[in-house]
Amino acid sequence: MSIETSTFDVQTIRKDFPILEKARPHGKSLVYLDNAASNQKPQAVIDAITHYYTHQNSNVHRGIHHLSQVATLHYDAVREKVRDFFNAPSAQEIVFTSGNTDAINLVAQSYGGAFLSEGDEVVITEMEHHSNIVPWQMICEKTGATLRIAPINDDGEVIAEEYETLLNEKTKFVSIVYVSNALGTVNPVKEMTRLAHDAGAAVLLDAAQAAPHMRIDVQDLDCDFLTISPHKMCGPTGIGALYGKAELLDKMPPFKGGGDMILSVTFDETIYNEVPYKFEAGTPNIAGVIGLGAAIDYMMGIGLDQIEAHEAELLAYGTKILQQVDGLRMIGTANHKAGVLGFVLEAAHPHDIGQILDGEGVAIRAGHHCAQPVMKHFGIPATARASLSLYNTKEDLDALVVALGNVNEMFG
Amino acid sequence: MADQRALYEQVILDHNKSPRNYGEMECPDHKAEGYNALCGDQFTIFLKMGDGDIIEDISFEGAGCAISKSSASVMTTMLKGKTQDEAKALFTGFTEMLTSDVDTPFDIEVVGKAQVFSGVREYPVRVKCATLAWHTLMSALEDADGTVSTE
Ligand SMILES: Cc1ncc(COP(=O)(O)O)c(C=O)c1O
Repeated sequence: MSIETSTFDVQTIRKDFPILEKARPHGKSLVYLDNAASNQKPQAVIDAITHYYTHQNSNVHRGIHHLSQVATLHYDAVREKVRDFFNAPSAQEIVFTSGNTDAINLVAQSYGGAFLSEGDEVVITEMEHHSNIVPWQMICEKTGATLRIAPINDDGEVIAEEYETLLNEKTKFVSIVYVSNALGTVNPVKEMTRLAHDAGAAVLLDAAQAAPHMRIDVQDLDCDFLTISPHKMCGPTGIGALYGKAELLDKMPPFKGGGDMILSVTFDETIYNEVPYKFEAGTPNIAGVIGLGAAIDYMMGIGLDQIEAHEAELLAYGTKILQQVDGLRMIGTANHKAGVLGFVLEAAHPHDIGQILDGEGVAIRAGHHCAQPVMKHFGIPATARASLSLYNTKEDLDALVVALGNVNEMFG
Repeated sequence: MADQRALYEQVILDHNKSPRNYGEMECPDHKAEGYNALCGDQFTIFLKMGDGDIIEDISFEGAGCAISKSSASVMTTMLKGKTQDEAKALFTGFTEMLTSDVDTPFDIEVVGKAQVFSGVREYPVRVKCATLAWHTLMSALEDADGTVSTE
């Protein structure tokens, strides 16, 4: 299924995404710049899910009949694709979850529940998505551990010295966003992981916004856990994946109980299945996993480095032309960014910007982006955010700037 | 952009740019705060009641999108001198208009100048923006000196 293309041709890629042509918001052609919330699906992913339900549908790991074996085969093959995508040592280290949020909760509840206690500290940053804040607040409350926050500067970068000072012998866990969904900041996660390890802490990287835009190598990063959000990288919703080092997953207790996660059950004793099945209770989202496999094939077929290069060019172009808009202030001006152009306008509230843009067929997001501490840092209730995907073009960004001109005309 | 013009009537844009009765009131008899988590909108309504039943003075303060801010502003211009019952009837008429079908006629007599917000009906997610100040007003009249939320 993988398409070998050495040259990146965005017009060819756009043809793979039927919605880009078919959706006509308010009769206009679609300029889709809300990719950080969820991006569009190529025909290959849509077809893979349809094909599964048309030809292979059955439960996995349960039947001796033909269909169940076919479904199981395809389902398990995706674990290997995810392993390859992460460059993880073993497919056993890949756990399927219901989403990125679910994956973080799994680690917080299972690892945190087992290994955190009073006096311990968990470190996160000020730019985390709520899904990398609340699970840690919950487990800290339960275990008596303390949550510490590494602050950011006004460009939206973690202040390195402050982060280092936070780390000490009490630090048991560090959970950081790889790429910020609100600011676009790419954190120096390899270095941050090394520092956390020096302090003796385990590290989770929330790669929800990294995986759509760049190559991820968990062995090079040396992180203990890493999570992705497939619906932001051409895959379906309702599915997520967690990478965890085998020796850690092995000693962690199950997160949920049920079928598939056990070897044997009696009322006196239940023996848990091995990893990763120990963490996958119940019938999984099989079609979701199949779709994720097709999404990874699709992205790797195009080339992760090509995608990164194309988006870097778009980001630089977008950053430049947005400066021409009257009264526009970028929120998130880190040195190293990916995928996200966050901004506010003097004349109009982000929600009104989003509304006017929608009328022109330009889809962006307005709001706090599930990162209220970031909004608080900048003293604003919300931002407007244009976010990129592999199929976006400079023309999309030109359309954004023209529409912002109309906003200024209307509200100015 | 025609469809968006229907939402952002000139009156709305004008009140957004130059809100009326804007600012904190000294010694209000009643006040309440309203919050809309979706947009982060936040307004405080201040009231001075004369003999206890008539709204003698009203003002508001806060920040929000054009719809919520102009709705607060238009509301204050409609309420001075009104009794509590009249204010409540306006609230009911206004919220009924906004939650009705786009094609359902509404009583212009009842909603008065607030009819400029009828375009909001086409954008269900913005109804909360338009009603935030009104819900806050109800809470101020009841003197529930707390925070209301339209989320
Ligand atoms: C940085 C980051 N982390 C976590 C999440 C949560 O992902 P999901 O909602 O797919 O579970 C998101 C999604 O917006 C995100 O941007």
